Amino acid sequence: MPIDASTLENLLKGTFNNAKITITDLKGDNDHWSVEIVSEDFIGKSRIQSHKMVYGSLQGKMGNEIHAMQLKTSTPNS
Amino acid sequence: MTNDNENIFATIQEQLKSDDIVLYMKGNAKFPQCGFSAATVDVLNSFGVNFKEHNILLDPELRQGIKDFSQWPTIPQLYVKEEFVGGCDIIREMAESGELEELFKEKKLISNQ
Repeated sequence: MPIDASTLENLLKGTFNNAKITITDLKGDNDHWSVEIVSEDFIGKSRIQSHKMVYGSLQGKMGNEIHAMQLKTSTPNS
Repeated sequence: MTNDNENIFATIQEQLKSDDIVLYMKGNAKFPQCGFSAATVDVLNSFGVNFKEHNILLDPELRQGIKDFSQWPTIPQLYVKEEFVGGCDIIREMAESGELEELFKEKKLISNQ
């Protein structure tokens, strides 16, 4: 079952409280997302570590309720 | 680890030892079955590197096993010399930034020219 944008946003905000989060529904079906997160939490982390933090914040939904998610993480001023 | 995990992890470790560049994907390189897998194949082809793909759609145990092994929830997954490099988004970013070329050169998978 897909997920809606505000649920997705709340999950991400739960972990990344000071971040700039941009969520786009790529196909208008609540199932193909593009997410960009700019956060200090990623400072010093590799891309894999950063992405794993994001997947972790989704509490197991990645691959289940969330079918596809393009993810871009970056730090402020990068 | 359960016995099931031990078996599939052993299989995966063998696969990673057998080839320098290993891609776990949906479909195969000629006929990818998902946009993200196709995009990753395109990136690898743009470097002209040899790679071994494993079609996880043909093997449910591998499909779940590789996610447990890598602690990564999605497919495709790219390994270079037994090290997990990332999924489609990371591979594309690294290709754009030049990091992927650096990695391939460092691992002697493409020439230094």
